[in-house]
Amino acid sequence: MSAVMVAKKVTRKWEKLPGKNTFCCDGRVMMARQKGVFYLTLFLIIGTCCLFFAFECPYLAVHLSPAIPVFAIVLFFFVMAMLLRTSFSDPGVLPRAQPDEAMYIEMEIEAANGNVPSGQRPPPRIRNVQINNQIVKLKYCYTCKIFRPPRASHCGICDNCVERFDHHCPWVGNCVGKRNYRYFYLFTLSLSLLTIYIFTFDIVHVVLRSVSDGFVQTLKETPGTVLEVLVCFFTLWSVVGLTGFHTYLVLLNQTTNEDIKGSWSGKNRVQNPYSHRNIVKNCCEVLCGPVYPSVLDRRGLMAELSSSPVMISDAKNYIPDLQTTKTTAPLIPNEQTPEEAKPPLQYRTEEATEPKQSPTVQELPAVDIPPASLTDTAPAKEQVF
Amino acid sequence: MSRRPILRLFLPHARCFLHWVRSASLATKVFIQRDYSEGTVCQFQTKFPAELDSRIERQLFEDTVKTLNGFYTEAEKIGGQSYLEGCLACTTAYIIFLCMETRYEKVLKKISRYIQEQNEKIYAPRGLLITDPIERGMRVVSFSKLTDLKVG
Repeated sequence: MSAVMVAKKVTRKWEKLPGKNTFCCDGRVMMARQKGVFYLTLFLIIGTCCLFFAFECPYLAVHLSPAIPVFAIVLFFFVMAMLLRTSFSDPGVLPRAQPDEAMYIEMEIEAANGNVPSGQRPPPRIRNVQINNQIVKLKYCYTCKIFRPPRASHCGICDNCVERFDHHCPWVGNCVGKRNYRYFYLFTLSLSLLTIYIFTFDIVHVVLRSVSDGFVQTLKETPGTVLEVLVCFFTLWSVVGLTGFHTYLVLLNQTTNEDIKGSWSGKNRVQNPYSHRNIVKNCCEVLCGPVYPSVLDRRGLMAELSSSPVMISDAKNYIPDLQTTKTTAPLIPNEQTPEEAKPPLQYRTEEATEPKQSPTVQELPAVDIPPASLTDTAPAKEQVF
Repeated sequence: MSRRPILRLFLPHARCFLHWVRSASLATKVFIQRDYSEGTVCQFQTKFPAELDSRIERQLFEDTVKTLNGFYTEAEKIGGQSYLEGCLACTTAYIIFLCMETRYEKVLKKISRYIQEQNEKIYAPRGLLITDPIERGMRVVSFSKLTDLKVG
């Protein structure tokens, strides 16, 4: 009697993740649902740069220096890389509590509150922790059923709690949080440089060409210049302003969310407990700190059993059959396979010698479009519990 | 590695394995919360929970949690190596991370191996199972009390 293979439908965990994110490339890319403004951002950057390369660069390369278009290309690729990295990566989403953890927290809360008389509202679910001699209140998230870590906040648009939540940026189509803040900052910075660069060389090109051909003739020969100058002029104010604002936040180790709420404004002698009181250290921590891995196991497997029974003949056939009939474990369990789904310890030690698949998701570089300062610095409709 | 007698209880039988898995997931769990006294760095509380009093010695529990805390401190250390990694990655527009493992990921693998080793050597013989914090979003370390170790 031979073992019967059970038909197994393999789904990846990203397909079952709660929240309002969209996933692409089989879970490798993670974005918010509304992507229209992100496409506009891409269009503006790529469109303006294409016009620059088409109209200005040939003239400037010949009459000034070939380094001008080369540097523009390098800057353009860096901007696109940062935008895509910001847009496509997990901002630091906290997975929701599983039922056992949620129940444990509920029991702790009930034990702490004691008996609430009927008709009375139970006290708000807050935990106080002391961080660097400062009392910080941790709020309970009713959606995710967790006490949010310090600096985390729930984004109403993506319906996720995000660590070190900065803001939800419609221009990049994603939240900006712990994992992608540095990419977002570098995006605004590099885009400022690119905008200034294109704007400057547009003016230089028009001036140089007007000397020989006349101003009107120049504009007739390179109509793209007018469009570029317009886009760059309006972009400059918002992007450079935003870069300046985020530079200020980086130096003080604050988030946009905290700044808007006035969490560390100095009222009642409340100070930012996360700041190192040294702008260099703050800058280094935010921009050169460790690269945090995603705790959402998007690409982990969730194999489902069909209803057919499994026939086992003998122990020798058991091991391969077990691997095909396992409910949630991949063949080679990685660090992010839930403990319950891993094979029993003896098999795990056998598999420990095999190379483990990397749990990390390879994220595409994110391009970031500078959000208009008004929309970006707004707390972006996040629900604050 | 030598097979302990207790591990032979888990000898193959698909229905028993699933039964064991179901038992483990329904067993009582104790969650060790994060310790935020030093900020947002990943540290867990070393306070010994009363629910584990009958199962494991305090010292072993504290050693495990302190070692885990040490690993996370190493992973999140901001110093020469992290600056170098950050600057190098920045110059390549972070494309290098597509082929290179970050220091944090290397430490996470070490943590995973450590937890597996602790489970095998110390916790499984006492009827406990530690879950890697990364599976819970690095919010808690969960200790599952395995109440049902029967086969089939």
